[in-house]
Amino acid sequence: MTHLELTVNGRRYREEVEPRLLLSDFLRHTLGLTGTHVGCEHGVCGACTVHVDGLATRSCLTLAVQVDGAEVETVEGLTRDGALTALQQAFHEHGALQCGFCTPGMLMAAADLLARGRPTREEIVDMLSGQICRCTGYEPIVRAIEQAAAS
Amino acid sequence: MKPPRFEYARPESLEEAVALLAEGEDAKVLAGGQSLVPALNMRLLRPSLLVDLGRVRGLDRIEARNSSVAVGARVTQRAFAESPLVPPLAAEALPHVGHYVTRNRGTVGGSIAHADAAAELSLCLVVLGGSVVTNRRTIPAEEFFVGHFTTALEPGELVVETLWPRLDGWRFAFEEFAQRRGDYGLSLVAVALRLEDGVVAESRLGLASVTDRPTLVADAEAVESLELWGNLHASPDYLRNLTRILVARAVARAAA
Repeated sequence: MTHLELTVNGRRYREEVEPRLLLSDFLRHTLGLTGTHVGCEHGVCGACTVHVDGLATRSCLTLAVQVDGAEVETVEGLTRDGALTALQQAFHEHGALQCGFCTPGMLMAAADLLARGRPTREEIVDMLSGQICRCTGYEPIVRAIEQAAAS
Repeated sequence: MKPPRFEYARPESLEEAVALLAEGEDAKVLAGGQSLVPALNMRLLRPSLLVDLGRVRGLDRIEARNSSVAVGARVTQRAFAESPLVPPLAAEALPHVGHYVTRNRGTVGGSIAHADAAAELSLCLVVLGGSVVTNRRTIPAEEFFVGHFTTALEPGELVVETLWPRLDGWRFAFEEFAQRRGDYGLSLVAVALRLEDGVVAESRLGLASVTDRPTLVADAEAVESLELWGNLHASPDYLRNLTRILVARAVARAAA
């Protein structure tokens, strides 16, 4: 077991974990933060995307022990006061989700893209190539991110 | 889809990392983990020990050195792409490396050491005539890549940095065709040209994914006689035609 200290959504945690424990499983099973979804578990679908020190990260391709000392943010941490962020509000307004399984990863990846400046439509589509939606709702998702970028 | 059990070490110096690697014959180096962790999840690999470079000092620098750019092994693909020192050819290729999110953690050194035959950065390093610096020696990129997932690295040898010649005054172009954005490319082409009075005076042309390692060819004609890898998605004939088209596009764009 390896000692792990980190911050998740602003709260400090100290845990003993097996080195082979994935960050996705640590968040879901150890901390009970099931907003982070697990799809393919090899980095292709993007459902498990969270932020590590501000950068969007595949939590299924990251060992929990690798984020020792880091600040992790999950979809639960996007907003602390119950109100929706501009990005979440845009997803709501555009109907940018159907079953919702991919949505946490979509939001976390899009938030990273928006933090870099105002993306073009092409940049949004390119980023979404790594975030798979099997209800094929990409068009509303692109429009929602465009709206959030403009706000 | 969970990694098998392994021992885990997080050294803080290069010396310590090398000593740890010498301990376990099947020890693996962990940097960004964007290729290693999927292989662990699918249990394609069962290393006894993972040596995490995450805390090793001095591996995350990008600096100009003589006529090259030295890139520390743990520099992420994102940091490389955003650096003012990124070589123009690598800048063109980097958006094709993995996905937007995997580039946040995937490293330059990891991509080079992993040596996937379809890797964009390996091809660029070969075409620029770059080299790989290890804890023991400097290896020309052309000699470093030996085959798919196979390099000239010896047991106990670790990639410390890569050297990317600037080739001032040259022109560059990178072309890749993948079935979906972010997939492994079916064919990759990179070219560097030096023009004199509008005529090509020197050129370096390289292919990847269609051969078992990034391969320099003398000219576009050489594509016709090269033995190409077929795969589940494309026959060698298809890949030859695709590569012809990508070479024509790359050369025309670099020369324009």
